[in-house]
Amino acid sequence: MKYVLLFCGSQELQRQWEQESEDVRSAQYARVYQWFEENAAKLGDGNQLQGPHTATTVRFEGGKEPIVRDGPFIEGNEVVGGYVEVNVANLDEALSLAKSWPGGGAVEIRPTVDNSQR
Amino acid sequence: MRILGDFDVAEEIVQDALVLALEHWPVEGIPDKPGAWLMTVAKRRALNQLSRDANYRAKLALLEQPVPREPDDRLRLMFTCCHPALSRAAQVALTLRAVCGFTTAEIAHAFLTSEATVAQRLVRARRKIVAANIPYRLPSDDEMAARLGEVLAVLYLMFNEGYLASGGAAPARRDLAEDAAWLAALVARLLPGEPEPLGLLALMRLHLARAEARFTPSGDLVLLPEQDRSRWDRAMIQEATALIEQAAAARRLGPYQVEAAIVACHAEAPSWEATDWRQIVVLYDMLLTMTPSPVIRLNRAVALWQLEGPEAALAEVNALASDLGRYHLFHATRAELLLELSHREQARAAALRALELTQNRAEQALLSRRLLEW
Repeated sequence: MKYVLLFCGSQELQRQWEQESEDVRSAQYARVYQWFEENAAKLGDGNQLQGPHTATTVRFEGGKEPIVRDGPFIEGNEVVGGYVEVNVANLDEALSLAKSWPGGGAVEIRPTVDNSQR
Repeated sequence: MRILGDFDVAEEIVQDALVLALEHWPVEGIPDKPGAWLMTVAKRRALNQLSRDANYRAKLALLEQPVPREPDDRLRLMFTCCHPALSRAAQVALTLRAVCGFTTAEIAHAFLTSEATVAQRLVRARRKIVAANIPYRLPSDDEMAARLGEVLAVLYLMFNEGYLASGGAAPARRDLAEDAAWLAALVARLLPGEPEPLGLLALMRLHLARAEARFTPSGDLVLLPEQDRSRWDRAMIQEATALIEQAAAARRLGPYQVEAAIVACHAEAPSWEATDWRQIVVLYDMLLTMTPSPVIRLNRAVALWQLEGPEAALAEVNALASDLGRYHLFHATRAELLLELSHREQARAAALRALELTQNRAEQALLSRRLLEW
């Protein structure tokens, strides 16, 4: 069964992260890389995203021309920092992967829609 | 149908079996004889329903007998119903439905919500179980502590809701409390290596043993200091303390065991005055290191009152104002303390605040009586 882990945080965490020293950041990256390596067999595609200040959102409203806006879709304090697909048997396995995530913040687990069953 | 003789209930139970089948066959594969499987599940539900309707003693008797079904099945069902990915309200509703055989209407009645709300809660929970693939399995050893905590929390919530309902006309719904105790006994029996289910079961039985003395014949609430202790069920208290000792043998202390030990101190005391308050304060300190909570600190303050006097207790209670400002027992306790310290007006104001904050009729009546006396 396929799930997507969304790595989330807050604006403050994002700012803190940007202000950390190079040493702290590379140590943190090392832990994250190690997590990806250890769980490689269960992980599919994934990416870290650039900060919310780089986001652009296209909104569709009725039959009108799509509206392009500066900024992320999720307004307020929450930030999605990255995502990865995971292939595991059930939610418990996805949960245990998410709990071992060394990046802090929060991890949202979403099952994907299985189109092959339709 | 044959077992229940009640079409509505039978239909609901068979539907439940079907839902379970839909949930689990895709994961576990279709059993060799799907029809037989369905009938077994439906029959089992029917038996659950009947056993729920029978009285507590009968249920206990059922428990002692060899159960005509895989015991692990029921435990698996409970762990699935109480999965942390479901909301607490959904965990409770699912457990009552799938394990105790409550109908949607009965759950709604027990929790003073509408049937539509409960039905929707159940549908959403089942949808999530299927869509997110919450597995039907027992937790592994390293998950057990946390997952068992969820199950016990659901049972304790169920028990408290039944023991002292948070609203409505009937002050206590013993039936729900007894069902919760029955489930706690089941979990304790199916997980013999775990001490906390025994602790919770002891805690529930200690409360139930004193249930008769909690109300006057006219339905007025009687608080612990004024209870007629000769009406307590001594045999049940003894059984419960034996359970605490049995749990302690595992040498893995947990909050339910400590809470049970505190209630046992009360249950074994000949009177309110002759209670071992020193021991109770020590136990509260232990409990606070395991689960720090302002409500536990409030209860500790009541014990401290007996040990060190009202000034010390009031100082402790006042320190909890920002955490417990909306909790009626915070104000009720303050009222009692202020009265003892002869601050009559402040005591009345605190009692009035407590009265505003509780929805429970019996507690409202008690506070109103106090206000008239003071």
